[in-house]
Amino acid sequence: MSQHQQSSGFRYSVGQRTFQFRNLADLLAKATPARSGDRLAGIAAQNAEERVIAQMALADLPLKHFLTDVVVPYETDEITRLIIDEHDLEAFAPISHLTVGGFRDWLLSDLATPEMLTSIRAGITPEMAAAVSKIMRNQDLILVAKKCHVRSAFRNTIGLPGHLSTRLQPNHPTDDLTGIAASMLDGLLYANGDAVIGINPATDNVAQACRLIKMMAEVIEHYQIPTQSCVLTHVTNTIEAIEQGAPVDLVFQSIGGTQATNDGFGFNLATLTEAQEAALSLRRGTVGNNVMYFETGQGSALSANAHHGVDQQTCEARAYAVARKFNPLLVNTVVGFIGPEYLYDGKEITRAGLEDHFCGKLLGLPMGCDVCYTNHANADQNDMDNLLTLLGVAGCAFIMGIPGSDDIMLNYQTTSFHDALYARRVLGLKPAPEFAAWLERMDIFRTGQGFTLNHQVPEHFQPSLKRLLGGTS
Amino acid sequence: MSKLLPTDSMDDAVIENPWQVLRRFTDARIGLGRAGVSVPTRHLLDFQLAHAKAQDAVHTPLNSSSLIESLQQQPWCNDPVLPLQSQANDRATYLQRPDYGRRLDEASQQRLMELPQPDSPYDLAVVVVDGLSALAIEENTLALLQILIPALQQQRNPWSLAPISVVEQGRVAIGDHVGELLQARCVLVLIGERPGLSSPDSMGLYLTWAPKIGRADSQRNCISNVRRAGLQYADASRKVQYLLNEARSRSLSGVQLKDRTDDNLLEQDRGHHSFLVSRS
Repeated sequence: MSQHQQSSGFRYSVGQRTFQFRNLADLLAKATPARSGDRLAGIAAQNAEERVIAQMALADLPLKHFLTDVVVPYETDEITRLIIDEHDLEAFAPISHLTVGGFRDWLLSDLATPEMLTSIRAGITPEMAAAVSKIMRNQDLILVAKKCHVRSAFRNTIGLPGHLSTRLQPNHPTDDLTGIAASMLDGLLYANGDAVIGINPATDNVAQACRLIKMMAEVIEHYQIPTQSCVLTHVTNTIEAIEQGAPVDLVFQSIGGTQATNDGFGFNLATLTEAQEAALSLRRGTVGNNVMYFETGQGSALSANAHHGVDQQTCEARAYAVARKFNPLLVNTVVGFIGPEYLYDGKEITRAGLEDHFCGKLLGLPMGCDVCYTNHANADQNDMDNLLTLLGVAGCAFIMGIPGSDDIMLNYQTTSFHDALYARRVLGLKPAPEFAAWLERMDIFRTGQGFTLNHQVPEHFQPSLKRLLGGTS
Repeated sequence: MSKLLPTDSMDDAVIENPWQVLRRFTDARIGLGRAGVSVPTRHLLDFQLAHAKAQDAVHTPLNSSSLIESLQQQPWCNDPVLPLQSQANDRATYLQRPDYGRRLDEASQQRLMELPQPDSPYDLAVVVVDGLSALAIEENTLALLQILIPALQQQRNPWSLAPISVVEQGRVAIGDHVGELLQARCVLVLIGERPGLSSPDSMGLYLTWAPKIGRADSQRNCISNVRRAGLQYADASRKVQYLLNEARSRSLSGVQLKDRTDDNLLEQDRGHHSFLVSRS
């Protein structure tokens, strides 16, 4: 077998046969484990053999190659410029002699300690991370991600080894405050909500965002909850909310891996810089200053017709370059939301979730995952149980928590409050330490022998219930 | 501080949540109680049933001949209803290739092109599409059109209607292809929406002025959640008429055309306090 790179692309010979790959993007796309989105884009391998041949060719490619050959033009894409201009050659030095295949071996080896992985982060580009992930098995993605320790903090600390946090997601189809508060109460009493209490608003404008931000701030303040709130509205709405004096903890934005994708989302890197500075100026963090919350997901670039022939997993990894520029508290890959034309079934969703978590962690992000599916995907709760368990083993920073897995606003299924407790129990994972202390203080949760919830409504929450129900709680 | 530790016996495997009464304020699955830390059997199976219905809604084929027959029995249905088919020939293809679901197959195109030309262009083509829920179409189409079509026909400035078509394995944008071939000035697509866990039967309405292949989603107006337990047929019909008349008078649809029928509702409830925080 032999590999040659020519100006016209890559060739790889096996016996009498020679396989050709037009360019780096083509090689990466053909090497990607099968998924519907790459087939839809017309860039996937033609068959299983071509896929493995592409993986072999990719494995022979030196990591240095990624510093001079880009998949989206430098001149027209600010994310490519970000990746190339901020690449750290000193951090790259320990792995600079490796091929992609050698990088996999190195990552799995005992040379790659958590400390070493931290020190080389800035030397890894998203394309390097995506490339190596394509030749890794699921267990490889889990093993290496578990060695990547990424900590972030605002009012509590996210991402410590042995911990699993949750975003409490109390969405309501009309943003009804009583309905939202009922789901918040349910979640808190099920020991959820340490990553963030985050609402997807049904009515998406500045006034509504301010109203929801104030409502959550009031609850966090009243019960002294060591957590943060976020309304998942457009970044420009949040900037405006801050100008209007709203008590914003975290700035949200959906991000993609090409400039054209983000143009479609209606923002650029300068917008995020402005938003981050505005949020930092409020000084609302107590134990840290990570003020950004990003959501990503494979397929967004193709969906925006902005993928440049690059496979969806590589585009996703490039979105992490955007994320890490802004030191986020949370990055959430919403893996199964986009639908079966991008990730067809439980198997593809599972694979994508593990890839995203691995790439994000390797690049230094506090990765969480919305372990989820829609009703037109070929997936069910069992698939979610599997992915949740795998991610729990891999050291995922956070997952979603929602009443009974059923998001009545967004109409999809994600992990429930109960699911988070399951994962914590079978894997011995704890909530963020500041939040765990609060749960004990409030008699919600006792961390003595295993994790035990209070059987009754804890004392601090009884007055609220009585007030709402006319003393019949 | 008095600790509220468990006082009830540990004999019951299921621990109920006293706050389950809050379910009267939301459809969210709150206060489910727990067996250990897991969802109790009853709620587990409730969920499974809802998911089963949603999946069945996606995968059960539209009974288009029955729907066409019942449409043709209506006094307001003046032309034969046209059965059409997209280029996606089965559900698995449909789900993975949205591009196929946006185009009519050869035979359907032929059928439309062979229709006699009207004296003047049709104002509106109504296109019924299975989308992601045939159930939504079977349950809601007739009920909506019974109100909407007579209203459009009886307006002071009545709408001339192209023959109604029923498309299998279609996406929203297939209305552009149908409308273009019918040379209609406007197309209204009735389509089965992606089923939610508690709403497997939700129908969406998409209005596009000057339909032709390649229209962007930003050039459409959408009315969502039309079903018995959602947006009522009379309300949906009123919104459609409003948007249609606005579209006709301005010769456009999409983001520049806002549905203002709810403006009087927007100012309600501006407060930000919840029951979780005492303000006494």
